[in-house]
Amino acid sequence: MTTAVVEERDRSLLTRVQHLLHSQATIGPAVVLLVSVIVFALLSERFLTPGNISLILQQVAVVGTLAVGQTIVILTAGIDLSCGAIMVLTSIVMAKVASETGLPGLPALLLGFLVGTLCGLLNGLLVTRLKLPPFIVTLGTLNVFFALNLWYSGSATIRGSDMPSLLLFTGQTFTVGGTRITYGSIMLVLLVAAMAFVLKNTAWGRHVYSTGDDLEASRLSGIRTARVLLSVYATAGLIYAVAAWTLIGRIASASPQAGQTDNLDSITAVVIGGTSLFGGRGAVVGSLIGALIVGVFRNGLALAGVDVLWQTMAVGVLIIVAVSLDQWIRKVKA
Amino acid sequence: MTTPVLQARGLVKRYGKVTALAGSDLELLPGEILAVIGDNGAGKSSLIKALSGAVIPDEGSILVEGSEVSFSSPIDARHAGIETVHQSLAVAPSLDIAANLFLGRERRRPGVLGSVFRMLDRAGMREEARRQLDALGIMTIQNPGQAVETLSGGQRQAVAVARAAAFGSRVVIMDEPTAALGVRESRAVLDLILQVRERGLPVILISHNMPHVFEVADRIHIQRLGRRKAVVDPKSVSMSDAVAIMTGAMEPPAA
Repeated sequence: MTTAVVEERDRSLLTRVQHLLHSQATIGPAVVLLVSVIVFALLSERFLTPGNISLILQQVAVVGTLAVGQTIVILTAGIDLSCGAIMVLTSIVMAKVASETGLPGLPALLLGFLVGTLCGLLNGLLVTRLKLPPFIVTLGTLNVFFALNLWYSGSATIRGSDMPSLLLFTGQTFTVGGTRITYGSIMLVLLVAAMAFVLKNTAWGRHVYSTGDDLEASRLSGIRTARVLLSVYATAGLIYAVAAWTLIGRIASASPQAGQTDNLDSITAVVIGGTSLFGGRGAVVGSLIGALIVGVFRNGLALAGVDVLWQTMAVGVLIIVAVSLDQWIRKVKA
Repeated sequence: MTTPVLQARGLVKRYGKVTALAGSDLELLPGEILAVIGDNGAGKSSLIKALSGAVIPDEGSILVEGSEVSFSSPIDARHAGIETVHQSLAVAPSLDIAANLFLGRERRRPGVLGSVFRMLDRAGMREEARRQLDALGIMTIQNPGQAVETLSGGQRQAVAVARAAAFGSRVVIMDEPTAALGVRESRAVLDLILQVRERGLPVILISHNMPHVFEVADRIHIQRLGRRKAVVDPKSVSMSDAVAIMTGAMEPPAA
């Protein structure tokens, strides 16, 4: 033990920070979020008003939910470009089936969940059976699902007034201390909590990490890695369907053109949240924080009167910084 | 005659036109360290992979304590009590030591927390990991909660060996455990191998390093051109003769 103490003293401050970030990947994003909230609050009086906080939470809910599914895919060293397309397709399925056939809200919702899961399962099968890179698989299915979405919807938006109220439930609000909070945001928080628990405390969670960390080592350790990957993509598909529900509530309709850039935004949230694109490292709480950081940046810069193009540039810089930080953390030594 | 703990009879493995194993035999006796040596392409890896369930042989049979088994995956071999330390170590670097020790066979909490919520017994696994490291005299590792990627090469090897020793009930197979290590670290790993034998577990040691082989092995299996060429006693055969047999420069002494 004494030697360990001596080594501890020998470490520079920088090395200690590196070790801290290595063991607690979400600390970095949490600090960034906190600092940016403080800075934007100082820049604009309106930033911390209940109405504005409510707005940020609503804006973050859809991408945040997608990011939960995206996180587990990226933890396995994969990537899912099709998440936005799956979300839009399932939102159309839920809304159109209910509005055209008069199917009640619950079965329509469950049908959407089933469609989302099947879409995810297809991604998983292509990744595990055909052994194609996830980037290529989901680039392909992104177009397939989007085309199906245009075909099935006939490129027409379905109005909220034609849908059962359950589908719009996620957009309804309740008020806490003057801040209106949507049920969609609550669902996101619950989903993050549940996924964080599963990833941390179950064997499946560990296998998700180890599969992304070292596929061959996991296989040799007796983990059925193909099954893990399949379950990850299918679960992600289900979560995208939950995001579809949140999306319908947010825009009070189902539009085949909604969420065009949400796939990339979800990847942005995951990466800024400290999850490594190389797999095996990260946390779903980080992705929620990442989504909030993007939301806070865009909103705060807008309130400060900064042009949209600079908001976009700020997000771009954040991504580069986050990935560079991840590379540095990975080089940690004993 | 004692029944071999693990036995291979006439194993054949072909990869397309390449024959990696051309009817190879192997016998591992209780409580011994059997070294397997051979030139590159002699079929050492294929032999070991067949015994550890990582590849399925085209022909031949594998017997565990005299009864025939067929392994279709590494899990089958593990269920038969055969643990392998792969050359790649097969550890997940970002997971901690305890998680790696129990990778693929995690323990769940007792009661509802385990059965309904599928919660892992993290504290229990950490304690057991600590116990296993202590039992093998691995004192350089202080904290089983440390990520494996923060360990040195020798320490990683120690973790892989500890995992095999902890769960192997019949046989531990080690593939080139000292290949990537320095002198001091190799020394520690050789001591570990002897420790495993002390526990009564027989070991199959694949190595290119003749001094290491001659130091710890009880018998040496020499593989050549996909077959077992000879089994020699390191006390009666010199290192250079063993290499000569391995490369085909010399015929093995009549047994």
